[in-house]
This record gives sequence, structure tokens and C-alpha cells, in this order.
Amino acid sequence: MNRGASWFNVTSVVLGFAFLYLPILILIIFSFNESRLVTVWAGFSTKWYVELFRNEGLMNAAWVTARVAFVSASIATVLGTLAAIALVRFGRFHGRTLFSGMVYAPLVMPEVITGLSLLLLFVAINFDRGFWTVVIAHITFSMCFVAVVVQSRLVTFDASVEEAAMDLGCPPAKTFFIITLPIILPAVISGWMLAFTLSLDDLVIASFTTGPGATTLPMKIYSQVRLGVTPEINAVCTILIALVTIGVVSASLVTKRQEVERKRAEAAAVRADEPELA
Amino acid sequence: MATKGTAAKKAAPRKAAAKAAPQKTAARAKAKPEISAEKSKMVGSVRRSFAPWTDPDAKPFILYENITKRFGDFTAVDDLTLGIYEREFFSLLGGSGCGKTTLLRMLAGFETPTEGRILLDGQDISKIPPYKRPVNMMFQSYALFPHMTVADNIAFGLKQDKMPKGEIADRVDEMLKLVKLEQFKSRKPHMLSGGQRQRVALARSIAKRPKVLLLDEPLGALDKKLREQTQFELIDLQQQLGLTFQIVTHDQEEAMTVSDRIAVMNQGKIIQVSTPAEMYEYPNSRFVADFIGDINLIEGTISSVSGGKVTVETADAGKLVVNQDLKADKGQTAWIAIRPEKVSIGLKKPAARTANVMSGEVWDIGYLGDVSTYHVKMPAGGIVKALQTNATRLVERPITWEDQAWLSFSPDGAVVLLS
Repeated sequence: MNRGASWFNVTSVVLGFAFLYLPILILIIFSFNESRLVTVWAGFSTKWYVELFRNEGLMNAAWVTARVAFVSASIATVLGTLAAIALVRFGRFHGRTLFSGMVYAPLVMPEVITGLSLLLLFVAINFDRGFWTVVIAHITFSMCFVAVVVQSRLVTFDASVEEAAMDLGCPPAKTFFIITLPIILPAVISGWMLAFTLSLDDLVIASFTTGPGATTLPMKIYSQVRLGVTPEINAVCTILIALVTIGVVSASLVTKRQEVERKRAEAAAVRADEPELA
Repeated sequence: MATKGTAAKKAAPRKAAAKAAPQKTAARAKAKPEISAEKSKMVGSVRRSFAPWTDPDAKPFILYENITKRFGDFTAVDDLTLGIYEREFFSLLGGSGCGKTTLLRMLAGFETPTEGRILLDGQDISKIPPYKRPVNMMFQSYALFPHMTVADNIAFGLKQDKMPKGEIADRVDEMLKLVKLEQFKSRKPHMLSGGQRQRVALARSIAKRPKVLLLDEPLGALDKKLREQTQFELIDLQQQLGLTFQIVTHDQEEAMTVSDRIAVMNQGKIIQVSTPAEMYEYPNSRFVADFIGDINLIEGTISSVSGGKVTVETADAGKLVVNQDLKADKGQTAWIAIRPEKVSIGLKKPAARTANVMSGEVWDIGYLGDVSTYHVKMPAGGIVKALQTNATRLVERPITWEDQAWLSFSPDGAVVLLS
């Protein structure tokens, strides 16, 4: 039943979306501004994008960020997946509650505390701060997000599928790689993507744990903004927004297509079964 | 209600299956016939020639020896010993939590016995991991590999054995033909209906030609019609391949239909092991009598035991006589167990010499179309059920509620139970 759009509904939807997306829209528009002044429109131009690619500091920071995000997301995915398997599969082992609590603690831990404690650790063991300290820090906090995502998939995973593989002569380790992993792969990939995004996004923990030569993009943007917002920053942010949008939209399109295909296949299966019963 | 129609249906498929595999019948003809109550009569309505368990020289193919399995404080299987013979279709029957699935999983290797050992073909397999055991299992949830096609699912076990590619393809085609799924070869499991998935799971579990096939509630997820049809397909398949099947089920009709022998389990122990007919006609306890089919249990005390006749004094119906060789003492508490279909009901008083006559008031009537069940209330308060086949469409004087009805049963129809 479609009651049509009342004025009230239209207004609330418009206001809601405006609240969410107007700031982003303004940012995108002003990234194409001719003028150096961020708040005054002086005509369309893409010169800040050209300028951006010439800005070595920003480009370096972007490259560091991408590397940190890739390496930390990959390691966090491996560790997080293993933690999830341990939590779901090994039932009630000794110290399970403590272990699961500890895996999830970084989810709710204030970033300042995580950052500070890691800084203290690196100082205490005299570990040179730089690229790898940021990577380690990002692994520690993004690992638990991966564990949560993978765990929720494993809970609905029918363990008898693994037993069936073993029953048919497949040793346990091989079973994990050719049966379990392919089945939970979508969750592992989305865990990786989550870890990657979290690492891209992080400012606080990176600021605590970084050292010379390992400035990430958020840190760079933040330090530049303190000197005043430049259209270059707008351009960087616009590119980031574009990347994220492409990622999210394509992921949801893939999921949607799979859903449609699955429904069609199920309908076909039911049809195929009918003459048999008749 | 659950027993309705089983006895009549069982005869046909066994005969057909025997034709499909005459070697089995011939090979087993030497074995002694089943124990019978009287020399000239056999127990139940189906004649079977496969009965290695009556041969003292026959060695069980699978032997559970004093198996105990504990999960923490809970004892799932309690000091159980059981032998299953080659090419036997054996059912473990019981309610949930009785230990039947645990027993099956121990043979598959997914659980290790706390005590005791399991012998397969004379070899102790307790230490062998599941992926090296010559047994395959069909899982209740089917456990198909969702990311593989039907053909790849069936080929999976063969690939693990490093069978040459050409042979794998041949075997897969053979299996697909066997379960009539040729046209679904390249489908993924989610593109199949429940019945088709069940057949893929079956094909996958027999593709390796295991020595023993374990089936964990294999038909539980199918609807009633499909389940009945698949039961007969399973029997035919087992005869065709000559495999040993061990099935776990909570459905007594299923167990009755498919099995050579049934073991009824309760609380980790086996209560009775016997053929379906013996189980039904000669239950060894009230638990089994009540678990398999519908039964009237009339409590009383034994008043005499002599010459193959047991007389029981009951509050509901006075003295009742059963033809049975029973070791019991006078005055001992006993139960007359009589199936409703063996009790005849009428409105006229039976002839004077009829044995075991009871009379009461018709309390409830269950009309099921093919049969009607009459619940008759005895003067002492007990209810005795009588089942009558509705052989004609029109009845001159139907029995109705509150009628005074006469019940009787033959001394051959009942058994006296002491526990």
C-alpha cells in the first residue's frame, strides 16, 4: 500500500540527507574552486588536483597510508580470522572468557589509551618508531574488528561440512584451505576491507606511534588544516570520498546480484522438483 | 497411529530387492531362520533369509566393545557392546539424547570412546583419524560443499584418494545415474531442492565404496511422501551395492521399513536388539513395547505359569491367558502387552469358550479412514484400545460412544512383560 509522500515525510527526508551530505557536498564543490580562498567561489577549475599531484609531502603521506593500511589489514585479517576460529570452534577451553574479552577490548578502548600505551611500550623496549610501529598499532586495534566479522559468519557455519570433508579423506589442514576458507571468504574479505578502512581513517593512534618519515595522510591533512584549509585538502578529500563511494557501491552491487541469482536458482530448483513428485 | 500400514508395506520392497540381488539371498540361505514362537510359525509378516546373527560362527563386521563415552558429567554411551554384520542394514533407534548419534560418530572417528574399543573387520580403529577410516557418513544436514558443483561434491572423496581423473569422471557419472541426478551435474547445492540435495549427499557418501555407510537421520528433512519413497530407494541401493549400512533414526516407522535389525537405545544403553518383527511382536520390556508402535499394557499379577501358558490376574479384565514360555514366579507383577490391532471389538458377547474376553464402555473413537481406533474404558478404570480395519464402506450398526463393547484377543496375540 503506497500512501504517497506527505509533506512531513518529504521534509524530514530532505533535512536528514542534507544534514548528512551537505558538508561533504560543499567540500567536493569547493575542491573545484578557482580561488585559493576556500569560502569564496571564483569559478570552476581542476588546478588544485594538478597541484595536489605535485605536492610531494601529500603524495608521500598518501603512499605511506596506503602501505600501512595494506600491510596492517592483511596481517590483522590473518590474526583476526584465527582468533575467530579459536573462539567459535574450540568450545569451552580454559580461559575462553578471558580470551574473548581481551580480543574485543580494543573495540571499546578509547583510542587515546591504545595509542598512549603502545607508545609507552615502544619507548620501553626501545623500538624505533616509524612505519612498522604504525603497522603494529593498526594491527592490534583492527584485528578485533576482523575477529568480530569472521566470528559472526562462523557461528552460522555448519561444522558438519568440515566433518564431511574429513570423512571423505581430507586431512584437517587441507580441509581448512579448500573447504572452510572458501566458504567464509566473503566474511574474511569484508573483514580485510574494514581493517583497511579503519587504518586509512586513523589519526589518533598513528599520531602516537609514528616516527620520522612515516606521516600518514590523516596526520598530514590535520597538520595542514591547522594552518588553514587549502583547496588542495579539499581535492584530497574528494578523491578519498570517490574511492570509498566506488568501493561501497560496487560491494553492494555484487551482493545484490548474488542475491538475485540465488533466488532465481532456488526457484528453478523448486520447479525442477515438481514433475518428480507428480 | 504410527504403526498404521507398516506391516503391509514392508513385504513388497524386500521381495523386489531380493530379485535385484539374488546372490545375497543365495549366500544367506544357509543361515538359520529366525527364532520363532512356535515351530510351524514365524514371527511377523515378512520372511527373511538374511540372518547372520543367528549363526554362532559368524563374526560381526563392526564390533563395539564395552564402549563408554562421557561428555563431562554426562554419560552419552554407557558400557555398550554391539555387533553388526557385513551387508546388514542396521538401525539405531531412540529418542534424542539416547546416545545413538554419538555411537555413530565414534565409528566415523569424530568422537573418541572414553572407554572400550571399536573393531572394524577385526581391526581396532579407535586410534585411526576420521580421514583414514574406510567408512563414510551421510550427515543429517547433508553437509554439501556449497562452493562446489554436484559433480565436484561427489568427486571430492575420490580426489582425496588420488584416483586417476578418467576413473573419477566415470565413477561420478555412475553415481549421478544411480541417484538420477544426471541433469543437475553442474549445479551448485543451493540450486537444488531438498530431495535432490539428499540424493547428492547420498551419492557423495557412497562414491568411495566404503566398507560401511553411516547415515545420521538421512531422511529427517524430507516431507512424508518423499521420505517413504526414499526409504525403499535406500533399501534397493544397499542391496545393489552390498554395503553395510548403519543408520540413526528417531522415526520408528523408518527403522521398521529399512532395517534387518534394530537396536532400541535409551540413556546410553541398548534395551533390545532384534529384527523389526521380533521387536514389534516380542518386545522385551515396557519401554520397547511403548516406543515401537501403539500398545495396551494391562497390569496384573501372575497367577500361574505352566505348559507354555501364563495366566495373569488383572484388575481390569480378570484372568487373562497368554501362550508364552516364561520364567516367572506366582504373584509377581507383570504386564500383558497387546497391540490394538490384535484386539477384536464387537457389540455382541463372544461365544462362551473364547479366551481373554473383556467388556467396557466405548470412551473415544478415532476414525482414520482406513482404520478406526476404539478406546474402551474398563470397569476398573483402565483404557484398552482396539483397532479395526474399515473393510466395508457401509456398516449396519456402527459402534458409538458409550456403547457397551466386548473385547477379546487370542492367547497368541499378547506377550507378558516383567519389566
